[in-house]
Formats: sequence, structure tokens, C-alpha cells
Amino acid sequence: MPEITRDEVAHLAMLARIDLDDAELDHLAPQLSVILESVASIAGVAGDDVPATSHPLPMTNVFRDDVVVPGLTAEQALSGAPASEQDRFAVPRILGDEQ
Amino acid sequence: MSAPSTGGIRRTAAEMAAALADGSTTSVELTQAHLDRIAEVDGAVHAFLHVDPEGALAAAARSDERRAEGATASALDGVPIAVKDVLATEGLPTTCGSRILEGWIPPYDATVVARIKAAGLPILGKTNMDEFAMGSSTEHSAYGPTHNPWDLDRIPGGSGGGSAAAVAAFEAPLALGTDTGGSIRQPGAVTGTVGVKPTYGAVSRYGLVALANSLDQVGPVTRTVLDAALLQELVGGHDPRDSTSVDQPVGGLVEAARRGADGDMSGVRVGVITELAGDGWQPGVMARFRESLDLLVDAGAEVVEVSCPHFVHALAAYYLILPAEASSNLAKFDAMRYGLRVLPEGIDSPSAEEVMRATRDAGFGDEVKRRIILGTYALSSGYYDAYYGQAGKVRTLIARDFDAAFEDVDVLASPTAPTTAFRLGEKLDDPLAMYLNDLATIPANLAGVPGISVPSGLADEDQLPAGFQILAPALADERCYRVGAALETLLEKKWGGPILDRAPGLEGAAR
Repeated sequence: MPEITRDEVAHLAMLARIDLDDAELDHLAPQLSVILESVASIAGVAGDDVPATSHPLPMTNVFRDDVVVPGLTAEQALSGAPASEQDRFAVPRILGDEQ
Repeated sequence: MSAPSTGGIRRTAAEMAAALADGSTTSVELTQAHLDRIAEVDGAVHAFLHVDPEGALAAAARSDERRAEGATASALDGVPIAVKDVLATEGLPTTCGSRILEGWIPPYDATVVARIKAAGLPILGKTNMDEFAMGSSTEHSAYGPTHNPWDLDRIPGGSGGGSAAAVAAFEAPLALGTDTGGSIRQPGAVTGTVGVKPTYGAVSRYGLVALANSLDQVGPVTRTVLDAALLQELVGGHDPRDSTSVDQPVGGLVEAARRGADGDMSGVRVGVITELAGDGWQPGVMARFRESLDLLVDAGAEVVEVSCPHFVHALAAYYLILPAEASSNLAKFDAMRYGLRVLPEGIDSPSAEEVMRATRDAGFGDEVKRRIILGTYALSSGYYDAYYGQAGKVRTLIARDFDAAFEDVDVLASPTAPTTAFRLGEKLDDPLAMYLNDLATIPANLAGVPGISVPSGLADEDQLPAGFQILAPALADERCYRVGAALETLLEKKWGGPILDRAPGLEGAAR
């Protein structure tokens, strides 16, 4: 069972959109290995005949009537935005130079 | 221990409500007394991230006006409350203990916050917590740890250490917490207070910043079982804004707490969980647990041992399911719509993705990063079946263990946490040791059943509080309250008063 390598942690951090510097990678990788080792005991506990539970209480989908209800105003919705203009969220460029 | 001249803050919430009703105090007086107490001790305890004297006093004045007109809004109208900083409060900062939400002021109220406002409870402020509720010590707060009122060098539990410490230090008579793996019950145990995790879905999660949606539950943090029942009845009940909200009433809680207080346990069957004891459990915690069981037996309860064989896998299942859900939930902190935005150094015109990466590195603390990466790993193709899939199956087996146990007994019991409060810093950089604190509380979250932690006394080794946990079947929250109230009555009779009478007074403790 799984030793998680420093390179793997770097890859996962990229997938999770977190810049980790070298010191953080050195620190986190061995800790994650220890945690993974301990949760690995779960393998083989339940057989194929056991259904998975994703939600603790049995519930079917919940619908509501399709009626208009008051929501946030544009001003309220934008009140926490790092930047906004013309009643919209202002974001950095989303494409690279080569795209 | 403490002089009665403290504005009556040592009373229970129910007693405060009675004093408001008979006119011997006002909400403004009561609220001011708590604000004074916060000013006096919170420099040392650091239970609060934000105190709102103006808002609380204005709400208190409105409460007093309603009462003068004979139009009180609820049984607890005018009794002040503290709110964990993971619950959205319109106009008040909500940081979740994270830098990424520093200064964020929500434009809306969580349903539970709207309900306490409508019921007339002045909100004193927002309480400290482990960042995004990830932790068992409140040391993972980006704004510094909370200190345990019993010993300021020790942890108050977590993630809701701020709410528990506020109540234990008489800074608030009531608080709201959230419990994903024990974050209400374990702080309750180590601070000598009462904490309840209701049945999943019994209290709305709308406006709760989600850690793990299938595990999170809002609940009461109080000094007595009756106060907890009063608070859960006030905030609970169906909410159309939460699609996982249970649409049948979970009631009779106050009645159950009052009935339990007569101390008669005749006909109640209590199952002691075999798997939640043994090596690694502090002897003083186990001694107080067994004494509590003996008291219940003397009061007429029948105590049997019950095995829940899959509970030994609960911790592993939890630390796969929780990071998986958390990593997905926290993807919303993308530096675009709210919260922190950090521009990466040395890049001209950075892309949205580069800004996102720099922001999440600067805004999240170590524990949050650990769990996001762990969750990303558990959900990766190739590992999904082995980890997340298997954890979901183990969750089924744990729920089946509960079902089988509850065929035989009315409630299950265990110590709430394996140890009393440890020292600040002791486990901060050893994640696995930290996770073990939640061994006994996690199964209830995985299965969605309700649980309460009631103080069981002080451990001989360190004279620090330990907790007694009672678990009941889903939607049978009233059983937790009945047995909890009975145990509280029996223990207080033995002690000659509430456990917090033996806690340090903290007068002049601010440093």
C-alpha cells in the first residue's frame, strides 16, 4: 500500500489548484503517506455484496414548485467580490497567450 | 466560587428566561453582563473572533420592548447566544477561521441564524474554530487558538472550541456549533459542557459553510441538557431551503429533558459499545464513564454490552469520505466571486488559474491543504473504488451495526473522547494523533444518528473534565435528552452542584 511520493503530491496540488512550494511539499508528502497508510486498512472490509452509502438517511429527490422567489440583488451578490465592474464579477484573463 | 454580583451570568439559559419572564432582569442587562464578561476574560480565552456589542444590545432592547408589550417571540426571547463562525450571519463577518474569508460579510443569514433572530436571541458574536471545521483542537484557526477555560495552556477541543469555551467561561449561556465528526461533542467533553449533534437533517444546513455535506449537522452548545433541548427545538425543523432537511418533526425534546431530570431510568436499556474502550483510553476518563453507568443502573437502567464490530473501521472511512467531500466543497474558493484574491509574484497579467493557485496557497492553512490533497487523491480515477467506494460500503456496515444494536437497546453509550484536554501544540504537527480524538464521535456522523455529550466528572490524573456520550436511533433525539438529563441530575446530586462550579473563575485572567 501506497507510499505517496513528493511528485504525486505536487501533481495533486496542481489538480486542486494550490501552489505548494518546495518546503510545503517536503512537509506534506510524508504526512500524507502516514495518513494513507492508516486508512488503507479499509481495503477488503466490505465485499461486493455491500451497497455503498453516500447519504445517511434514505431520501428521494426533493422538488419545489417552480415559482419566483426573492433572491440576492446584484449589489448584494457582488458585495464580497474581489473586483467587479458593470454589475459583473471582474476576473483575470482565462486564456493563455498561446490560446 | 464566583460572587453573585456578576450579573447573573452563571445561571442556566432556562433560569435566565425565567428571570426575564418575572421581570427581575432585562435582556439589555443580561446582554451587557455577558459583554462585560467577554471584555474581562476573552483576552485569555479567545473564544470569539468577532464581538458585536452594538448589534447585541440593539436586539436586546427590542426584546425588552416586545416583553413590555406582552408579545415575546419565544421561550428564549432576550437570552443572548454566540454563533460559530461557520454559519452565515448577514452584516457580521463570517470567516470559518480561514484567511481566505477574512473580512467577508455574508449578504444573507443561515436558516438557524434567521430562526434565533426571529426568536429574539441577541447574538453576542462569532466564535473561533478550526479552519473550515477541520480539526479537534481549534489550533488550526488562522486567527490563533482558543484556550480551555479549565487550563489556559490546553486545547478546548475542536472544531467548535470557541463555542464550547464561550459557554464554559460564562461568556455566553448558549451557542450554536456544527458537528461533522464530533466538533460539538468532543469540545463539550473537554470543557465540561453539554453538546448535541442532532439527527442528520433535523436542523437546517442552509447557510452553513459546508465541510462535508453528508456528515455536517448544526446543534446546541450549552451548560445543561434542558438548555440544549430548548435551543434544538428553537432552531430545528424542516427547511425547504435545505433539500436534506427532514420533513417530519423531531420534537418532544424539552419534555424529554424535563422528564429525565427526575432521575428515574426504569425500563431504559443502555448498550455499552465494546469497541469504544480499551488501550489508549485514559484511565480517568474510563473511571468516570463506569461510575456514570453505575449511577444509571442504580436509577433503574439496564446496562448491557453491545458489539459494533465495524466501528473499528469508522475512522478510516471518515478520513476518506470527509476529505473527498471537503476537497470538492472548497473548490468554490476560487478568488473570483468572494473572499481573498492574491496575485502571484513575478507574473505579468496572470491567468485566472494562476491567481486561483496563488490565492489558495496563501488563503488555506496546512490542515486544509492536507485534506484537500487527500480528497483529491481519494477521488482520482484508479483509486476511487479502492478508497471512496470502499469507504461508502463501510459506512453501510456501520449503519447496520447501529440498526442491530438498537434492536436490543434504547441508547448506546461510550466516553465522548478518549482523553481529557491535551496541551496546546502537543499534536499540532501529528495529524493522525489529532484524528484519533474523534474515534468515538465519528460513527454517529457516518450513520446520521443523534448523539449528546454530558460531563461525567474530572479525571483523577489531571482534574480535567471528561464526557459521557449517549447515542440514539435516527429521529429519536428525545432519548439522548432523557438519558442525558437523568445522568446530569444524578451526577450533580453526587457532586453537590454543576461541574463548572469547580472550574477556575478566570476573573482578571485577560493577559
